[in-house]
This record gives sequence, structure tokens and C-alpha cells, in this order.
Amino acid sequence: MGPFVARRVILGIIALLIAMLIVFSLSRVKGDPRYFFIGEDSVGLDPAVWEEWGRRLNLDKPVPIQFALWMGDILTGDFGDSVTTQRRVLAVIREKAPNTIQLGIVAWLMGTMVGVPLGVFSATNRGKTLDYIFRGFALFGQSVPIFWLALVMIFVFAVNLGWLPSGTKGEGIAIRNFVLPAVALAWFPAASYLRITRTAMLEILDSEFIKFARAKGVAQTPVRWKHAFRNAIIPPLTLSVFVLFGLLNGTIIIETVFAWPGLGRLAIDALWATDYPLLAGLTIIYGVAFVVMILSLDIVYALLDPRIKYN
Amino acid sequence: MSPLEFLRRYPVIPAVIIVTLLVTAIVGDWIVPHNPERADLLVRHTPPFWMEEGSTDYFLGTDALGRDVLSKIIAGARVTVLVVVAAVGTGVIVGTTIGLVAGYFGGLVDDIVMRIVDAWNILPGLLIILVVVLVLGQGLWTLIGVLAMLSWPGAVRLVRAETLSLKSREYVSLARIAGASNSRIMLRHILPGVINIVIVTATLGTGNIILTEAALSYLGAGIPPPEPSWGRMISEERQYIDAAWWTSFFPGLVIAMVVMSGNFLGDWFRDRFDPTLRQL
Repeated sequence: MGPFVARRVILGIIALLIAMLIVFSLSRVKGDPRYFFIGEDSVGLDPAVWEEWGRRLNLDKPVPIQFALWMGDILTGDFGDSVTTQRRVLAVIREKAPNTIQLGIVAWLMGTMVGVPLGVFSATNRGKTLDYIFRGFALFGQSVPIFWLALVMIFVFAVNLGWLPSGTKGEGIAIRNFVLPAVALAWFPAASYLRITRTAMLEILDSEFIKFARAKGVAQTPVRWKHAFRNAIIPPLTLSVFVLFGLLNGTIIIETVFAWPGLGRLAIDALWATDYPLLAGLTIIYGVAFVVMILSLDIVYALLDPRIKYN
Repeated sequence: MSPLEFLRRYPVIPAVIIVTLLVTAIVGDWIVPHNPERADLLVRHTPPFWMEEGSTDYFLGTDALGRDVLSKIIAGARVTVLVVVAAVGTGVIVGTTIGLVAGYFGGLVDDIVMRIVDAWNILPGLLIILVVVLVLGQGLWTLIGVLAMLSWPGAVRLVRAETLSLKSREYVSLARIAGASNSRIMLRHILPGVINIVIVTATLGTGNIILTEAALSYLGAGIPPPEPSWGRMISEERQYIDAAWWTSFFPGLVIAMVVMSGNFLGDWFRDRFDPTLRQL
């Protein structure tokens, strides 16, 4: 398993390099990069300060050296200062991250706990009415724009029925505030889990050892859950990587709709305020999060299924 | 075949929706009931025709400035189709070319390409798009570019796998013995064999590209303002959701219908062309 993990780590490093290369070169393609760091203050700025910024960004050196030095800063955790708030980028991110992580975990649990059982159910009741309903739900869930779904839910549950708040997180962990954003975020993953679990279950239910178990008289429930489901769990697990990516992307949209004080909302604020250092920092932190998640899932995956060959 | 059976076997409804969208995109200017950009505050927030106070003049109602919602949706169809077709087209052409070359030549090129594709899949795509928009500003070409950037790796993997299996077939060896050049073999003998997969990935990818485009426009990072856009219609009108739900409801419904049809058609193509791809 050692070489397998090593390969995945190298893959993660390549991904982060690509992300950093894109983010860095973008800051150098348009005009003087100093404008991205000084912001609106650059009008009527003291030339000495301007020069100072040039030195700080290593603009006197060749571009590849600039990239190397910038990367060195990033690796030591120095993402610079946010233009709008003048605070350290990493400090801002650290402050908002828990809100996003909490929302993401709640949505992921919801998506899994709804999608996987419904997928199993759909497969074991193939061709019946409920199967069609669930598949319809899955197709719908993978096709609606989530920001629109969120608005419709706000309209129904917050505006008309008045059951739930329409936005913000509130103090501490108030479950009421989590419901709408988490459901909106969990919708797409639930649909994906449903579809893939259903396909995997159908395939397994069709195999010889299931027929044998049935023939030898094993009851319906153990056949489904002990024999079939255990073997059908790998495809949904593989999907989890993509689901997690989707969730992180989804938080950007959902947090904007619900005014949720997390990283996604922060990214959009940074975009609107042209806060390059903050958005660049967020991109790299998200990149790191992706890589860590894919690595840990890969390891779980390899542990669960000894049939996987590591090449 | 009874009509019901026909409906079951062929994706008639999704096909009708997609064709309607394409036709609307082309002839939109001639069929809009009102000028989609002309504001008329006297009729602002007129509800759709079946509600009280609604009129068939404004079929799906009007927005906060009194612009006709239906006309705006029709006008938005063209931009959406343009952006999506250009982005998916570029992505698929680039992806197919890279997949063909990597699969055909193999070796170091293949290794490097596949490492990059694998790495590309775990990039924080949406955030990188936001950085691009922050630096280059909102624009149609920027949008097409970033969406194409998201969609090329999907085709590479599948086209490469299929190329690998096709290139060891006898007819390819015979073509080589007959003196065909590498590029001729790739274009005339291998490409026709992988085109099915290309169609399937393109159709299946379209839904996601439409959703991403809509989300970007909603966030203010997609289609730039003077152009009509479904995503931006929803974000502009979201504050009136309690007073005039129809202004943001209908554009979203249209997006959902189009994406659903795309996904449905993609599934259908896939099952028809190659049932072994069912896991996709």
C-alpha cells in the first residue's frame, strides 16, 4: 500500500502546483500586479510605498523566481494581507472555516443518509412505482440549479409558512438555521448517491452468489443488506470524492443565498471587492482541502476493498 | 407501436425541449412578445396570466422594472446556447485530440497527460474560475474559456481508453502496412470509432456546464450585464421573492427543464451507443 499512497501524494502535489501556477500567473498577466495588492489606495500613493510593494512582491526579479518566492511564502503559511480588511488572509480564513465545515458535514451526512438507503430501496423494488418516483427525484435533483432550489425553499418555508429562518447562521449551533442551507446543499449529493447505489445494487443482486444465497434459503433482508449491500458500497464511496468537491463548490453558492458567514460567502465578497490576495488564499486552501480529502478517502477505499490493485 | 410505448422507448419530451431551446435561440428576436430590455414601471410585477390581475399580455408576468419575464427568458436562451455550445465544443475538441494523441502514442506523453488530467480533476474549479473573473473581469469569452477549461478532462480519459483498444485491432495494423501515416490512422481509422463516446460525454457534460454557467451568472461572475441571462434574472429578482415569486421562479424552472432534458438524452445516448458505459 505504501507505493499507492506515495502515488496519490504525488498526484496531490501536482494538483496543488497547477492551482498555484494558475493563480500566480493570473496576477501577472494584467498590468502591474501591485494594483491587486494595494487596491483603491493606489491613487495618489507615495512613490516610496509603491517601490516598497515592488520589493515585497519581488518584481525586480525574473518571473520564475517571483513564482518560487511566492510559493515559498505560501508554504510557510504567509498568504499576505486581505486588501479590504487589511487582516492576515489566513486569520480571516481560520475565523470563517468552522461555519463552512459544519454546514458541509451536516449536508454530507444528510445526502448520504437519504441517497444511499433510497438507492438500495429503489434497486430492490426495481420497476415498481416507488422506484420510478425515486429515480425521478434523482434526475430532478441532479438537474435543478441549487441557488434556485434554495430560493424556492425560502419562499415556501421561510416567507409563506414562516417555519424556518431565511438566512444567516445565528449564534452557536442553532439547528433551525441549518435546515434550509443544509437541505439545499444535500439535494444534489443525495441524488447522485441514489443513482450510483441503485446501479451498484442492481449489478450485485444479479450475481451468482446472491442467487445462491437465495437458493439456500436466506431471508430477503439479510440477502439485501449483508450479502448485496456490503459489496455494493464501493461505487458510492468512490463517488464521495466528487460529492465532497461538489459540496465545497456548493457552499460558495448556498452561503451566498443564505448569507451564511463561511468561506464561500467570503470568496464571493472577495470577488466583488477585487480582493485578490484573499481569493487566491481561499483557492489554495480549498485546493489543499481537496487533496487531503481525496487522500483520506483513497486510503479508506483501499482498506475496505482488498481487491483493489495499487497501480 | 402504441404512442405510449413510443414515448417510453424514445426520449421524445427531452428532445422536444432541446429542439425548442435551439430554435428559440436562433429565432428569439422575432418571437419575443415584448422588447426584453424595455422597462415600463406602470406594469411592474404584473403576475402571470392565470393569476388575478395577470394578463395574457405578459404571459409569465413582469419583473421589478416592468420587463416581460417570458421575453427575457427567450432572449436569455441565445446567450446560454452560445456560451454552452462554445464551451462544450472547445472542451470536447481539445479533450478528444489530447485523448487520441495520448492513447495512440502512449509512453511518456501518455503518462504526463494522464497525470495532468488526474490532477486537474481535483482542482478547486469554481474558485479558480472566480480568480480568473476577478483578474480578467466578466466577459463572454472569459466565461466560455473557463467553462471549457472545466470540461476538457472528461473526454480525455474515455477517448484515450477507447483509442488504446482500437489501435491494437487488425485493421489499424493493416492501415499501417498499407503506408498510412500516424495522423491519417488517427483521423480516418480511430476517430470514427471513438466518436460515439465523444457524443455521450458531450451530452452528459452539457447539463453540468449549464448549471455552472447559471451559478456563475447568479454570483455575478458569469454572463456580463447587458446580455440577458437566466442566472442573473434569478439573482436580480431574489429580493422580491415574497412579492413576485414568478420573476425568479420561471427562469430557474427553464434551467432545470433544459438540464434535465440534457441529462436524460445523455443517458439515452449512452445506453444506446455503449451499454458498458452505464457506470458513468
